[in-house]
Amino acid sequence: MPVAPPRPTAEPPRAERAERPARSTAPEDGAPWRRLYRSADGRLLGGVARGLAGHLGVPVAWVRLVFLGLLLADGLGILLYAAFWVFVPLGIGGRAAVEPRPLFETAEDGRRRLRKPDKGQLFALLALAIGCLIFLGDRNTTGNANRYLWPTLLIGAGVVLVWRQADNARRASWAAVDSRHRRLFQIVRALVGVGLVGTGLTVFMVVRGSAAQLGNVLTAAIAVIAGIALLAGPWLVRMSQDLSEERTMRIRAQERAEVAAHVHDSVLHTLTLIQRNADDAGEVRRLARAQERELRNWLYKPEGTGKEEDEEPGTLAEAVKKSAAEVEDKHGVPLEVVVVGDCPLDDKLSACMQAAREAMVNAAKYGGEGGPVQVFAEVDGRTVFVSVRDRGPGFDLDSVPGDRMGVRESIVGRMQRNGGTARLTSAPGEGTEVELTMERADA
Amino acid sequence: MTSQQAGQTGPAGEDTGGPERRVRVVLVDDHRMFRTGVQAEIGRTEATGVEVVGEAADVDQAVTVITATRPEVVLLDVHLPGGGGVEVLRRCAPLMGTAERPVRFLALSVSDAAEDVIGVIRGGARGYVTKTITGTDLVDSIFRVQEGDAVFSPRLAGFVLDAFASTDAPPIDEDLDRLTQREREVLRLIARGYAYKEIAKQLFISVKTVESHVSAVLRKLQLSNRHELTRWATARRLI
Repeated sequence: MPVAPPRPTAEPPRAERAERPARSTAPEDGAPWRRLYRSADGRLLGGVARGLAGHLGVPVAWVRLVFLGLLLADGLGILLYAAFWVFVPLGIGGRAAVEPRPLFETAEDGRRRLRKPDKGQLFALLALAIGCLIFLGDRNTTGNANRYLWPTLLIGAGVVLVWRQADNARRASWAAVDSRHRRLFQIVRALVGVGLVGTGLTVFMVVRGSAAQLGNVLTAAIAVIAGIALLAGPWLVRMSQDLSEERTMRIRAQERAEVAAHVHDSVLHTLTLIQRNADDAGEVRRLARAQERELRNWLYKPEGTGKEEDEEPGTLAEAVKKSAAEVEDKHGVPLEVVVVGDCPLDDKLSACMQAAREAMVNAAKYGGEGGPVQVFAEVDGRTVFVSVRDRGPGFDLDSVPGDRMGVRESIVGRMQRNGGTARLTSAPGEGTEVELTMERADA
Repeated sequence: MTSQQAGQTGPAGEDTGGPERRVRVVLVDDHRMFRTGVQAEIGRTEATGVEVVGEAADVDQAVTVITATRPEVVLLDVHLPGGGGVEVLRRCAPLMGTAERPVRFLALSVSDAAEDVIGVIRGGARGYVTKTITGTDLVDSIFRVQEGDAVFSPRLAGFVLDAFASTDAPPIDEDLDRLTQREREVLRLIARGYAYKEIAKQLFISVKTVESHVSAVLRKLQLSNRHELTRWATARRLI
């Protein structure tokens, strides 16, 4: 098929183009290689026309018109389109310049697409429909071919459905956006596609009058398929084994590389910082502690990549640990966290977590020099209990002036507003403990 | 972690009864640097009362050294070449049971993952501390273990609470496998960072009672092996 290699269009960068360049390897002189992709964005069918348009730097409507013209020439357009669809990989190309894809865009194309995208699209669609009608009408007049037309159309539609499906699956594996509805939709679509093809084939056979020999044909077909399976079976099994082994090796290598990268990024970096700050004992301790926690998370979390720290915590345990980690990093005081049980966060618990965080900050600020701050959280049935305890100097609760709102508002007030309780225990010299109790909203 | 904390180990020796108390210790850890560090931290016998009588770097060595020297306490790393700390505990099980001068194990590890902790405790270790522990606390823990008490860090107490909370123990043997209300209370206070003394004050009981509660928890934890085994076998359709 003469479709895979990119077609030369513009003058200067043509020389650098290779047959199958990898996308990531840009040549040394800076001129990017361009490779033909079908467009994943804004496509009508397979993204062939848009991909070509982006590649050639012409408006997509032109490409569609050309295909249409070829379609009228005895259906050559369909064949060509199908061939492109099968052999050209799905990628990013032919999109207007609104998207930051400088690799595949020429500036003028982008501007054009930006100006009149809708008109062009409509025009192309209309032209396509008219062309198809003309094509069909043409066939109809010839009479004999008419009997094969509808089965062929059915088969074509089924194939199109299934092939678009394959594209979507590939896209989903890149973008990883998937929902249950979508999957259901995909299954339905695949079934419809298969059904269409099956119906088309059946009608084809009926039309040809070979329905009578259907049994014979089927037997023969099954016999042939079984024979091929027997012959090729061992070889196929062997090949799939080799493939899976190779894949395992590759995954292992990737994992090792990832570990190396992580260690390089975090541990070596921290060690350098520690070397540089060797005189500042507090800073060294803080760095080491932060690093230890991160590494521990990364190593012992089942699917941990150590890079999800920015995500909002979804459960109580995560929330407590995250708050503690942040306070620890910020104030340089170690916090020992113990969490028993776990449950999803609701609004009341989020408020409780904010109060707990405030308590941790207080403990780190005022009680940090007496040793590590102990944070304990427990989910016991419907009740959630959090205790934050420091061994600092402590204070006399009654002597706190009325204008100091930290404890009163952030902790006690917040808990009460949300239907929980907060209890403070403190005595000079004995440290301070904040106990928070909150009922869970749901069962 | 050297000069600063080494200075603190002096008072610790006095706290635990002065240098006239002696305990013989074997260090098991596959990192020589770490053994050297611990040795430097706690091994000055006159000050701390701890006498390091042997070291080992893997499971086989550990079993040999422990059998030969018969220490009172073994500081045991959880991750070791040759099967890990659990394997050492398994092979040294006869030594733990002897009536006079039993060998007691204190696990010492960087990992505070639940399966490591529960694993060695079930294997028979009398306590579990992490490597971030200070020299003072380590010496204290060693003496505690030597006297037959359990050493529970807050984190360990949390794991135990968690393990028992999520265990749907069968109704038979309930008294054996379930923690009593009091034991749970004690564990909860340990998890909250209270010292044994403070727990005693809080619950209006004596320190000795607290310690016996903790030991009971430890005993139950080891005995719950049976159910663990049953569950394991059922899960794999062996029974």
